[in-house]
Amino acid sequence: MIDYLKLFGTGPDGWGDDLAIGAAITIAVAIVGFFLGAVFGSLVAWARLAGNLPLRLFGEGYTTVLRGIPDLLVIYLFYFGGSAALGAIMGLFGNQGFVALPSFAVGAAAIGVVSAAYQAEVFRASFTALSKGEMEAARAAGMHKWLMFRRIIVPQLLRHAIPGLGNVWLLVVKESALVSVTGLAELMRTTQLAAGSTRLPFDFYLAGALIYLAITIFSTLLFAQAERRSRRGFREAMR
Amino acid sequence: MSLPFIWDTFVALLAGVPVTLQLTIISVLTGMVLALILAVLRLSPSKLTRFLVSTYVFAFRGSPMLVQIFLIYYGLGQFKATLQDLHLWFWFRDPYFCVLLALSLNTAAYGCEIIRGGLQSVPAQQVEAGRACGMSGLLLFRRITLPIAARNIVPIYGNEIILMVKGTALASTVTIMEITGIAAKLISETYRAFEVFAAAGAIYLLINFFLMRLIGLVEHAMSPHLRHTQGPSEPVEAIVTTH
Repeated sequence: MIDYLKLFGTGPDGWGDDLAIGAAITIAVAIVGFFLGAVFGSLVAWARLAGNLPLRLFGEGYTTVLRGIPDLLVIYLFYFGGSAALGAIMGLFGNQGFVALPSFAVGAAAIGVVSAAYQAEVFRASFTALSKGEMEAARAAGMHKWLMFRRIIVPQLLRHAIPGLGNVWLLVVKESALVSVTGLAELMRTTQLAAGSTRLPFDFYLAGALIYLAITIFSTLLFAQAERRSRRGFREAMR
Repeated sequence: MSLPFIWDTFVALLAGVPVTLQLTIISVLTGMVLALILAVLRLSPSKLTRFLVSTYVFAFRGSPMLVQIFLIYYGLGQFKATLQDLHLWFWFRDPYFCVLLALSLNTAAYGCEIIRGGLQSVPAQQVEAGRACGMSGLLLFRRITLPIAARNIVPIYGNEIILMVKGTALASTVTIMEITGIAAKLISETYRAFEVFAAAGAIYLLINFFLMRLIGLVEHAMSPHLRHTQGPSEPVEAIVTTH
């Protein structure tokens, strides 16, 4: 009989603490990637909504390409491509050989670029749901573009976007498991290490899956809460 | 960036296309059958059945597919002796089978929710009309509920199929040489990530493009009632001839 308390404990032979750190890194890389994705995604959404044709084509191309290509391939591109590019730059300064990029940055960037495509779609859909009259009112009240964006568009857009963003966030958490191929010691990678060194792959992959499920449950509750909160003024207005 | 290299890579990657397509087709079809069964069970009156199905759906939708693949391929290796006794080890030592199993189980969970949504969107009047005509049980499901639901399901299921094409890339993590597997090998051999990425990306986009057209055709074929009829002349003639 295997001593599970010892195995998943925090002792020298226990993997509990390593898995907890792994989970924390998973969440960290997912959060950084998600926020990068929000920034890129809003730029892409803006490009898609822009009146000018080249920008619109760029935005459409971006969302089509990145939603159609496996995420793993994008991570490989960032990991090897980033290292190659950095190596070439370092080569100019006389540095020879392979330069490895920090895998956290690579992972977060790759997640950001992929999730930007999904977030762009969410933002675009939410923007088209905004009422035109409110924007005209803002313009009539003398607001400039930036002020209107900050005061009128963003708060309302976020309200519409929260359910969509929740879906993208869950996607990002699951996608972050793929970053393990770069060697970043997040949850998936730690699980792999534990499975290999204890020769108990089933127990550890199951534990890994359960931790991911716990993160999913927690995020779902958080987003449900955020959605309720974002609608609180809305309900009053409907009464 | 050199175009001849991209072209050579493109040709080399084509060797992985049959594997990717095979993985996609088999897992989508198996997953679809499973999903239909799950969706029907999900709507069953038994509370326990509903709970079990929704737990299954939640578990497979809430965890990364990579974990699922590893759990089946590496994880079940822990029970090698038992599986050997059951004569199942032949299957579970094969990464190809394990990936197919993981992909099918995964897509079945997503598919279950899509099909459930489709089944629930069938107007109650249609089902009542079917009942009034004396249909019930399987006949009603086969003739009325499923065809009407299928129309709503096709476009959404199309997205899931595209996601599965992307999902097959994970097979490369258990040594299967499909498109991404070959691409990763080429990248680590040549260190020309951008060119290999461009070639592999182009292949995936082509596959998805054709898939989308195919799904569009199926959608078109399944919704003759939404198509424009050519002018009013034909129905009038039809009335004339029948009288």
